[in-house]
Amino acid sequence: MFFQLIVSGISFGSLYALVALAMVIIYKTSEVPNFGQGEMSMLSTFVAYTLLVTHGHSFAVSFIGALLFAAILGIFLEFVFLRRAKDPNILSLILITLGFQMILYGLASWKWGADQRDLPFPVSDFDVINLGPAVISYLNIATLLITLILMLLLFVFFKYTKIGVAMKATQQNAMAARINGIRTNRILSITWAMSSAIGAVAGILLAPIATLDPNLMLDPLLKGFAAAVLGGMTTLVGAALGGYMLGVIENLFGGYISLEFKSVVAFGIIVLVLCFKPSGLFAKHYVRKV
Amino acid sequence: MLLEIKNIETFYTLIYALRGVSLTVEEGTITAILGNNGAGKSTILKTVMGLLDDQPDKGTIEFMGKRIDGKDPEVIVRMGLSYVPEGREVFEELSVRENLLMGAYIRRDRAAIRKDFEQIYGYFPVLREREGQWAGTLSGGEQQMLAIGRALMNRPKLLFLDEPSLGLSPILVKEIFEIIKTINQEGATILLVEQNARMALAISDIGLILENGRFVMKGKSKELIEDKDVQEFYMGMRSEESAKGYQRWKRKKRWR
Ligand SMILES: Nc1ncnc2c1ncn2[C@@H]1O[C@H](COP(=O)(O)OP(=O)(O)OP(=O)(O)O)[C@@H](O)[C@H]1O
Ligand SMILES: [Mg+2]
Repeated sequence: MFFQLIVSGISFGSLYALVALAMVIIYKTSEVPNFGQGEMSMLSTFVAYTLLVTHGHSFAVSFIGALLFAAILGIFLEFVFLRRAKDPNILSLILITLGFQMILYGLASWKWGADQRDLPFPVSDFDVINLGPAVISYLNIATLLITLILMLLLFVFFKYTKIGVAMKATQQNAMAARINGIRTNRILSITWAMSSAIGAVAGILLAPIATLDPNLMLDPLLKGFAAAVLGGMTTLVGAALGGYMLGVIENLFGGYISLEFKSVVAFGIIVLVLCFKPSGLFAKHYVRKV
Repeated sequence: MLLEIKNIETFYTLIYALRGVSLTVEEGTITAILGNNGAGKSTILKTVMGLLDDQPDKGTIEFMGKRIDGKDPEVIVRMGLSYVPEGREVFEELSVRENLLMGAYIRRDRAAIRKDFEQIYGYFPVLREREGQWAGTLSGGEQQMLAIGRALMNRPKLLFLDEPSLGLSPILVKEIFEIIKTINQEGATILLVEQNARMALAISDIGLILENGRFVMKGKSKELIEDKDVQEFYMGMRSEESAKGYQRWKRKKRWR
């Protein structure tokens, strides 16, 4: 049972890690925890559903279409709402993202209603591979692989591409970025597009094991946020590790202590981290920002 | 004329920081702006770079014959103007190499960029040694070298330097100023803001003195060095005591 809990914990952890990454990428650039993240990926998942089920496109087309939609949605929200805020403080920024959440939730409820739907996924959750004491489903493997590939892409992007380094530069010192000719507004747009697309991947991977309705991302968003806090909000590696840790801890807690209170673990972790190590477990910052 | 500033006025909300500043910078020269704390020296550079929203409030700025007032820094940098800000402002959590790479952000000519890396490592060998290190872990002097190097990676026609000597040891100040001179001789025009009047006048061609947001004096640097007022008020020299041993009255600044 122990191994089984760990294996499925890792699988859930992948999703938390994706949400956490999406949050941290925006946090580092816009300096706001984006509470609209969950609804952004929920809406994108509905777009995948519509392309796939309503319009009968292939899964690949629907998947890519949903990511494109997510990217445009991210750019749109940042450009239309966040950028308008003059001399914003953190509180007003958070309020704006909560506004995104409510608007998008309302939009999804209106368009797709509260019906619970199934997003057909090409990989099955019922076919499993035996790993000695545990089993792992094909879907879990796909989730893990896709997450790892995404993380690898992110790593390469931030380490080896000019635009990736420029994004880091903008996060660290926007004025200095501008005097080197970096168009920081464009960087902001790219950031939101990336983050939103990563969130969409999380939603599409989650939908087959959950049910697709406007509440899809409510719980994962909180978990992802907890994971990001666990990782210190400012490091991508920290966010990813935080996601996996949270997935495993939560599953072990649910298996051995109390299934009812499983969801509380995330809150407990947020509180503990904020009390004892507010910079997160994995922060390796040379100076603390904010 | 490479840069022509005509009668600019700059506000920080209600603070009237520049009160009609005019300045021309000729190609190939080093021009030095001197002045006390709060005179508005940095504000001139920031205004020209387009870093202050909606400023200058009045006046015009032309770079190579084109109006640049009201333009964004991203655009101005692309025209060939580089800026080393007060307090270095390096990217602290990027490596030294990545910092320099960001200096070349707007360029596409890879081979030439590689050559420029070599040139900058030639000016500042310590940067090569620290290449992979986070810029935030460099000493203040090393960060200053990096900030200058980063600005040079843009191959500027005109380079703005805001107090490059700030917080550096006398030996390092001398070294940095020698390199500034070299950079100038290799083709870049330089506008330098300094507290260290002695050093600035020693390497510059033209000097200007700013007080309370206005220029109060302009001249050839060679002549300013000899000027009694400049010596007393900006180079910290006492004028000679009178024959009877009485301390003379504190000199009144002539330009007031
Ligand atoms: N962001 C700002 N907001 C409000 N006032 C400012 C701001 N920046 C500068 N000032 C004011 O404008 C005036 C000129 O400042 P500036 O930084 O240009 O001086 P400086 O000549 O560069 O001085 P220093 O040698 O100390 O760097 C000062 O009175 C300063 O208080
Ligand atoms: Mg200054």
